[in-house]
Amino acid sequence: MAVSEHLRADGPAGAPATADTPTHCPYCALQCGMTVGGGPVRVAPREDVPANRGGLCQKGWTAAELLTVPDRLTTPLMRAHLGAPLEPCGWDEALDRIAAEIGRLQARHGRDVIGVFGGGGLTNEKAYQLGKFARIALRTSQIDYNGRFCMSSAAAALNRAFGLDRGLPGPITDVARADAVMLVGGNVAETMPPFMRHVTEMRERGGALIVVDPRRTATARQADLHLQTTPGTDLALANGMLYLAVEEGLLDETFIAERTGGFEAVRRSVNTYWPDRVERITGVPVPQLREAVRLLGRGVRSLILTARGAEQHARGTDTVTAFINLALALGLPGREGGGYGCLTGQGNGQGGREHGQKADQLPGYRRIDDPAARAHVAAVWGVDPQIIPGPGRSAYELLDALGTDDGPRALLLFGSNPVVSAPRADRIEERLNALDLLVVSDFVLSETARRADVVLPTMQWAEESGTLTNLEGRVLRRRRAVPAPAGVRSDLEILAALAGRLGAPGTWSTEPAEVFDELRAASAGGPADYSGITYQRIEKEGGVFWPCPAEDHPGTPRPFLDRFHTPDGRARFIPVEHGRGAAEGIDEDYPVYLTTGRVLAHYQSGAQTRRIGPLVEASPEPFAEMHPDLADRLGVTDGMDVRVTSRRGTVVVRARLVESIRHDTVFIPFHWAGEGRANLLTNPALDPTSRMPEFKVCAVRVEPHEPNGADQ
Amino acid sequence: MTQPSGSQGNEGIVVVGNGMAGSRFVTEMRERDPRVPLTVFGAEPQQPYNRVLLSNVLAGAARPDQIGLVDPAWYAAHDVDARLGVEVTRIDRRARLVYSGDGGVTPYGTLVIATGSTAFVPPIPGTGDGLPAGALVFRTLDDCRRILEAAGTTGRAVVVGGGLLGIEAARGLAGRGLAVTVVHLAGHLMERQLDPGAGRVLARTLARLGVHTRLEAQVSALRTEPVPQGDDVGGARTPSQGQAARSGADGGPGARVTGVELATGEFLPGDLVILACGVRPDVALAREAGLAVDRGIVVDEMLRSVTDPSVRAIGECSQYGGTVYGLVAPAWEQAAVLADLLAGTDEAARFTGARQITRLKAASVELAAMGETQHGDEDPEVEVVQFADPARGTYKKVVIKDDRLIGAILLGETGTAGMLTQLYDRAAPLPSDRLSLLFPGVNGAAVSDSPVRMPDAATVCHCNNVSKGQIRACWEQGARTAEEVAARTRASTGCGSCRDAVEGIVCWLDEQEAAPAG
Repeated sequence: MAVSEHLRADGPAGAPATADTPTHCPYCALQCGMTVGGGPVRVAPREDVPANRGGLCQKGWTAAELLTVPDRLTTPLMRAHLGAPLEPCGWDEALDRIAAEIGRLQARHGRDVIGVFGGGGLTNEKAYQLGKFARIALRTSQIDYNGRFCMSSAAAALNRAFGLDRGLPGPITDVARADAVMLVGGNVAETMPPFMRHVTEMRERGGALIVVDPRRTATARQADLHLQTTPGTDLALANGMLYLAVEEGLLDETFIAERTGGFEAVRRSVNTYWPDRVERITGVPVPQLREAVRLLGRGVRSLILTARGAEQHARGTDTVTAFINLALALGLPGREGGGYGCLTGQGNGQGGREHGQKADQLPGYRRIDDPAARAHVAAVWGVDPQIIPGPGRSAYELLDALGTDDGPRALLLFGSNPVVSAPRADRIEERLNALDLLVVSDFVLSETARRADVVLPTMQWAEESGTLTNLEGRVLRRRRAVPAPAGVRSDLEILAALAGRLGAPGTWSTEPAEVFDELRAASAGGPADYSGITYQRIEKEGGVFWPCPAEDHPGTPRPFLDRFHTPDGRARFIPVEHGRGAAEGIDEDYPVYLTTGRVLAHYQSGAQTRRIGPLVEASPEPFAEMHPDLADRLGVTDGMDVRVTSRRGTVVVRARLVESIRHDTVFIPFHWAGEGRANLLTNPALDPTSRMPEFKVCAVRVEPHEPNGADQ
Repeated sequence: MTQPSGSQGNEGIVVVGNGMAGSRFVTEMRERDPRVPLTVFGAEPQQPYNRVLLSNVLAGAARPDQIGLVDPAWYAAHDVDARLGVEVTRIDRRARLVYSGDGGVTPYGTLVIATGSTAFVPPIPGTGDGLPAGALVFRTLDDCRRILEAAGTTGRAVVVGGGLLGIEAARGLAGRGLAVTVVHLAGHLMERQLDPGAGRVLARTLARLGVHTRLEAQVSALRTEPVPQGDDVGGARTPSQGQAARSGADGGPGARVTGVELATGEFLPGDLVILACGVRPDVALAREAGLAVDRGIVVDEMLRSVTDPSVRAIGECSQYGGTVYGLVAPAWEQAAVLADLLAGTDEAARFTGARQITRLKAASVELAAMGETQHGDEDPEVEVVQFADPARGTYKKVVIKDDRLIGAILLGETGTAGMLTQLYDRAAPLPSDRLSLLFPGVNGAAVSDSPVRMPDAATVCHCNNVSKGQIRACWEQGARTAEEVAARTRASTGCGSCRDAVEGIVCWLDEQEAAPAG
């Protein structure tokens, strides 16, 4: 194609030699420490970062190759008109066009006609600036981000139980010292391998790992106890475990009395979750349920951790709440080394949800409908609180509304690839195509960028500086290690340039350090208070845990030791019900569960990792994992192409027969575009609180694929 | 047949019965419709509780205050008019009114009957107009309290009836230190759920736990003695109304039980006698109201009385397709279907029957049973897979037809019960490996990776995609320790779990080198 040839011709020939710079991996929320430098550029693991202590997975080891991908964007691209190809253009031309279109559309349709979509991989500075840009430059309420598809259910559950959403209750090193860890719906051995070092150390000290997963994953294989649940039944499992905790006398009555409220209603509600009923719902044998409760309840320091498998459900918030109830009943939270935590997924999944790119939120994890919060933030921004819009649509609802009568007609998208990552992806693709204007900022031509009207080439991880907040709630420094190729701009530069063209009030620094200082002021006094954190402190102390309200405050590694952040300081028990389980059950037409997830070699929509040779070699294509018995009944053999169909679409992928999956379930990883795009199948049923789509379970039909159409 | 499914007029929904089915319906209904007027009558004075857990209370595994189902404050908070301790005495279907024992008259648009069952008391001498002190049925929380009270003052109990409830009661009492004998009419215990072999293993297990069994034994009378004046006869009570109990020669209130007489003339002494002879649907109100009643109130798949579509019946008092469903799972399914229909949340909701799975709640006796368990090897269409180890109390049997599970017993060890119940519930095709139906963990058990026997192509380090062959090549290039291999290949630098395997391979290669060629 003309575009890629052009890019190759103008792309960087290879990054120049530099000194080693300490920074962090570009991928997941573990934010492994690494150094970047040399010529050609190489990465090496850092020993001084607790998260990885000298370890890296293959994604991390090969991260330097991201800096020299052959199809790196180095010039803006634009379509001359609808249907025209993307052609290189100048920055001024691209930015002028965007500003003019925004002006034209807003004059005609109002401010909410412009939507903004962010990402959990953006630095705190960029996420903050993007939220500010939407609220006072565009003055649109229509901003949300892909974190909605990540840990939003855990965030909502944490806020309602503890009054504060900080992923882990303490430093990651607590994992190694725990007596038991129960990991619900997380395959860390593949998704964040160095995390397993902490788990292994725990097990070597005599601690027990319990894994809850429909698949016997790489993580489950290392567990002392694997509870192989039916997809969509984690909530019933947790309620059943709480029932057994009562029966086994494992409640921490003192903790319940002194630090919590609402237990009686929960205790009564779990009376309908007696063991054999839960066994029938979940498929997990009663003796295993009992053993799991005993392992957790008898330890002094036990951790219950949830990940996407528990959270990405239409009842995700309630599911996480059920596990928090269990943790509270056993007296785990509020104690050094124990508690409930969420394993955040994206690189800045924690920080990205705190500073205002979420539809209902202002910086510092403030609520946008709170008058005091609006006044505080407006003062920092130098605007009248009146001009800050109210809450907007959540991620899927925003994408689903694009190009409709009352939805946005233009979308500015940063750090996300929803054509691959959103549920019911063909619907989202159709909505994106219906826009008057799609602007995508990215460093490669992702599947979403290919559909854009204007593409802005941006800097990537090792070319920029800023901060990220890892899964521990520890604020870390990302440092510039190599110069960006000529022609590329940072997102802060892009936002400043657009704000200027739009005549926005306030100041629009392009220096991350200055933006961070503004973020500190904006977050001051909020739940996620960064005001005491400085770049210098982060470097000196190896990161600072928020909340940190003053420069002489040590930061807060364990936020719940003395009190929870609710008005009365007590954690709240909230009764939750399994109801009828998954939004879409299996039936005669769609008799098999589909669950989706990740593989070791790839990250999220694959826009980055599918461009790295060794990762593609390790994991070249999507597949459908299924049990040999299921395959046998369907007439499918190992390696055969199968068609997997849900009520929303069809994919064709290669069958991979494994004994480690339930007979009633197939698994397809979601990293690929094209005819193996798993999210063509997934169900956008939304959680009523978090607005999380039900990625983790839907009903499908599986058939051998005959490419000549003989089976049509 | 297109009767409107919403409540009629302004009168709303009246529920008679606040047990497992009734209380479930009330909460399900409120969840779907926060406004429709909702009244519930419960004959028992306390908040609804989980009847399934009564055996746990009897056994001491749960306290009576720990089995509640609905928070007392819930009714007021959700605008439900709860009339607890108030019995409904009459239904006037023409006027659409229910009359209650407190003199009240309540209009309804839709009436939901969920009166459940009452314990059946066999018509034998001694059961009189009421049971003598020390003779009790086991149906309600009140019954449970009385049994516990009586158990505290005696060392010997007789349980009449070796079905599910009788065995749970017997096991609970034995656990409290009583010598217990179960008297059972049939040739083996739980004959409706178990085949004779399983019944025998169960009896053997129970004997070890202090519960003795008398099979094919018919009780001819309860033996009683008069209670001296002034003694507390608190244990005596009339069995629930609408009962088939008949007056006998003596006994009844004012007397105290001393044991049971068998048809053989034998006498089994016991100051506590529990009558666990089954239950009967409580259909007196429905029958008096002129509704079609067979064994239960006859309903269609929308849970409507076939006589009057504004009357619905759920739970153990109803009968669908010729079957009275006596377990909680179908009752709750009916409650959800009815709530969907009445709230309009799912007009297509139907109850079309349910599969019943029996689980025994008795300490140290694990038992799950479902479907047709009596089959032997006589029918060539039916495949029976079984295993028995009576000495250890284990008996397992699955009955298969057309590659579907049609019956199963797991006794002693129930590790595969979760899998079997789901396969049975869904009538799903079975795993090809039948052994995995009986024994947990045999299907796809992890194979330990011996680094030595691995092929070169096998991946040792998954995190960094390093094969054994690459490690060998690295060793051949001079790496002699796991650290050197890690530095060159990155093997073990991810999650670290393959460190032992990498060391094993390096060690093995070192040994190969040291070994004399030959």
